[in-house]
Amino acid sequence: MLRYVLRRILYAVPILVGVALLTFVLFYASASPQSLARRNLSTRNPTQEQIQQWLKDHGYDKPLSVQFKNHVTGLLVFRFGKSDATGEPIWNRIKQGAGPSGLVASLVFLTGLTAAISFAVAVAYFRGTYVDYFGTFLCVLLMSIVFIVYVIGLQYLLGKILKYGPIAGFQTGIAAWKFVLLPVVIGVLAGLGSETRLFRTFLLDEINQDYVRTARAKGVGERAVLLRHVLKNALIPIITSTVAAIPALILGSLVLENFFGIPGLGSYLIDAINSQDFAVVRAMVYLGSILYIVGLILTDIAYALVDPRVRLE
Amino acid sequence: MGRFFQSDLFYNLVPLLVTAALIFVVVRARRQPLWAEAYRRIGRNKIALTALGVICLYGFVALLDSIGSTDPKTQTRRTLLDRVFEKEKEKTYSAPGARMTTGEPIPSPLKAPGTHLLGTDGVGDDVLYRTLKGCRTAFIIGGLTSLIATPLALCLGLLAGYFGRRTDDAVQYTYTVLSSVPSILLLIALILVLGRGLLQICLALGITRWVGLCRLTRGETLKHRDRDYVRAARALGVSNARILARHILPNLLPVVIISVTLGFSGLILSEAILSYLGVGVGAEIGSWGNMIDAARDELARDPVIWWNLTSAATALFVLVLAFNIFGDALRDAVDPRLRSS
Amino acid sequence: MPPLLQVENLRTYFHTPRGIAKAVDGVSFQVEQGKTLAIVGESGCGKSITALSLLQLVPEPAGYIEGGRILFEGRDLLDLTWDQMRRVRGDDIAMIFQEPMTSLNPTFTIGYQLVEAMTMHGKFTGAQARQRAKDLLARVGLQDPAQALRQYPHELSGGMRQRVMIAIALSNEPKLLIADEPTTALDVTVQAQILALIRDLQREQNMGVLLITHDLGIVAETSEEVAVMYAGQIVEYGPTSAIFHEPRHPYARGLFASLPARGRRGQDLATLEGIVPPPTAWPPACRFEPRCAYRWDTCAQVPPKYHPADSDRPVRCHLYDPEIADRPARGAAPIAKEPVAPDPTVEAAR
Repeated sequence: MLRYVLRRILYAVPILVGVALLTFVLFYASASPQSLARRNLSTRNPTQEQIQQWLKDHGYDKPLSVQFKNHVTGLLVFRFGKSDATGEPIWNRIKQGAGPSGLVASLVFLTGLTAAISFAVAVAYFRGTYVDYFGTFLCVLLMSIVFIVYVIGLQYLLGKILKYGPIAGFQTGIAAWKFVLLPVVIGVLAGLGSETRLFRTFLLDEINQDYVRTARAKGVGERAVLLRHVLKNALIPIITSTVAAIPALILGSLVLENFFGIPGLGSYLIDAINSQDFAVVRAMVYLGSILYIVGLILTDIAYALVDPRVRLE
Repeated sequence: MGRFFQSDLFYNLVPLLVTAALIFVVVRARRQPLWAEAYRRIGRNKIALTALGVICLYGFVALLDSIGSTDPKTQTRRTLLDRVFEKEKEKTYSAPGARMTTGEPIPSPLKAPGTHLLGTDGVGDDVLYRTLKGCRTAFIIGGLTSLIATPLALCLGLLAGYFGRRTDDAVQYTYTVLSSVPSILLLIALILVLGRGLLQICLALGITRWVGLCRLTRGETLKHRDRDYVRAARALGVSNARILARHILPNLLPVVIISVTLGFSGLILSEAILSYLGVGVGAEIGSWGNMIDAARDELARDPVIWWNLTSAATALFVLVLAFNIFGDALRDAVDPRLRSS
Repeated sequence: MPPLLQVENLRTYFHTPRGIAKAVDGVSFQVEQGKTLAIVGESGCGKSITALSLLQLVPEPAGYIEGGRILFEGRDLLDLTWDQMRRVRGDDIAMIFQEPMTSLNPTFTIGYQLVEAMTMHGKFTGAQARQRAKDLLARVGLQDPAQALRQYPHELSGGMRQRVMIAIALSNEPKLLIADEPTTALDVTVQAQILALIRDLQREQNMGVLLITHDLGIVAETSEEVAVMYAGQIVEYGPTSAIFHEPRHPYARGLFASLPARGRRGQDLATLEGIVPPPTAWPPACRFEPRCAYRWDTCAQVPPKYHPADSDRPVRCHLYDPEIADRPARGAAPIAKEPVAPDPTVEAAR
């Protein structure tokens, strides 16, 4: 098992190097540092010295090859440097924002997964009936609504009209639950349609397998067939598909945190977009990729745990 | 020549040619046996036909908003849609069908009372007009991005799947790296660097979108590469290029068309999200994303300004739903083995 | 005493886009305790659906049992509630399937799947069931039962998996075993072992066995009675030896003539022309008529009668119906083509 994990991590190294290269090409090679400096200096008409000083402070004055070396080595050891806009060390903000972001994202992920699996099982249990038909159609309806409309509409409905929770703000510790309640509910509802529909097809693929017939012929009841035999096999594609949920989770934190005033990484990134803070965006792109690759490795491990046919060698 | 690309003639010719090409392809495809069967199945599916009708209706509005001429006086281009909605701007918000403005301490009478079916927005524009303006943007985002991503994905996927080895390694490495960056972050980064604008957004979406289709194409090509008919062609000395173009590509087309159709709705949704994140099409281009973004604080006002958000969200929802339904029906019709149920 | 299983006029239909498919259309047969009935026929003739209908495992919602009676020890299984029927499955009536590769759940151990079959019916508690599972695996011929309990299906060969399937089926000592093509997917040498195993176990437990197969070679040595099925109906029924010596229905003649036999060495093997028509489009009168070498006008107009009650060798063919006036003499030259002569010396060539 350990060797398997180590090998997976080794595989990830060239991909991380690729990501570092990609971000470098994107941010260093295609944007002129001069204009970057002008944009970020607060004075209206910066003198040439001010610009030079800014470039020096932020490491944009060195030759491209040196910048590349610094960039790649910096990223590999998580040295993200200073924000272009405020000069604040990026790592500090990441440390502060990781907690709230992680809390919201992990709650959305776990609740959403549980809810989607439960609904998919229910719909699959009633397969071929009107429950199935309308459930599937409802899923298509739900997945046709754009995420931000969920956020705006449900915040208005749940927060302002029904007053189920505060509509903005954040506190650390136990008190946080009040502030993450609405964002999590909204995040879960927004992803429910497409996930339920996807998981339903996974379940139905398994329901037609021969081993299900064997289980029924043994006298296993329909509910146990679904919850034990079918679900365990359907978990394999479900697990594989959860990696695809990571970009959606990131998008979720971006919009939800910004909308509910949660001081997480999503809010940080949106501020950075608005102030054209390349250094922060760069760091976030890299961080997101690491998150994705870690997710992939975790998926592989989970996959191996569920499916005995995957040998951990 | 440069003048031509700026001229009204060019701007009018492109949408007309695109529409004509689309109709031509749709009519011609009917003659092919595989597609003829798919047409029959869709023809029996009333819901799918309704969805197709809705898509065509949106497409028609987009077309109306693409054809126009430059006004010699103001030197601005005005489309047919602009001419239909030739009204004076109001001062500020007004409710659907209202006669007085909303949101001012003292409501003032409208210049064109009762004619704004969906009300007006904060700067006094007719909301119905703004909503219809979004159709063109949605179709350009969906269509242009597909035009950028599909050929790229097809070429690389075919080459990787067919030739294998180094080519395959290179293509796979490229898309593994690209797909390791969560798409929304890559989009933000690309648009920050490329700048905001319709073309830039399509390019950025294209770069993030080709990966999925490329993976699909590569897998399908791998399957076909070892089939007997390809081996036979190779044994007969048919060139690689010809095998790819004449034997493998036609077999991939159904899968590609289905995936592009199903991807269309995702692209339209992306536009709205990007606008919200501040990296969407510029404010001067009418889009549903911009309308929703502008409307996010309007629900907090008193009285509540709901019509801006509702109009844009509904227009977006209906089009996306139509694409989802039609895409599913198309998949079921073209390849019954891929049926979702 | 009633027979162990008596099926009367069973009809199982399917809704399809092309109309209703009468996959099983009026099938009657019976299985005695300790005896074996073989149902033979080409693929697509409704054998497997018949077997699945007995346990009410027809794929829903497309398939449904339209009518008939399935009397098991005198009570009609079609009258049972869903839960009562569940308790019959795997306890009174067990079933093994054709595909040993896919019929076991890949994500559970052999031991789990065996124990589950036993605890499901409350006859054994956990510890007993585990001990019995080990014994059963030893009985069906697995080398290392203790290890096999911990293994997953993919770690076993096809023959071993089919042995596990048999162990699962026999775990509750069923009175009736339905074996749906139990050896089709296996190698020839393994086939013989599996058949011998089923036969031994049948003798030990005095089970009735319903054997579904298209392989006539295994019928002769395993079953007392044979039902020949074609297009959703039984066309001929009788003792194995009688049918092997003198198949009457033209379809059965064709089927048996396609077996290699010592008496016809050097000749080409006879084959049946054509395929079974799709179940949505059975021919209106005699369903074998379009493929029949003996057909005449009446065959396309009047459905042949079938009276299992009146005779111990019922045949669904006008050739054997005294009420049909214009029938040619039995065994007369076929009208359409070369006769497929019934060969009295036919024996299943091994």
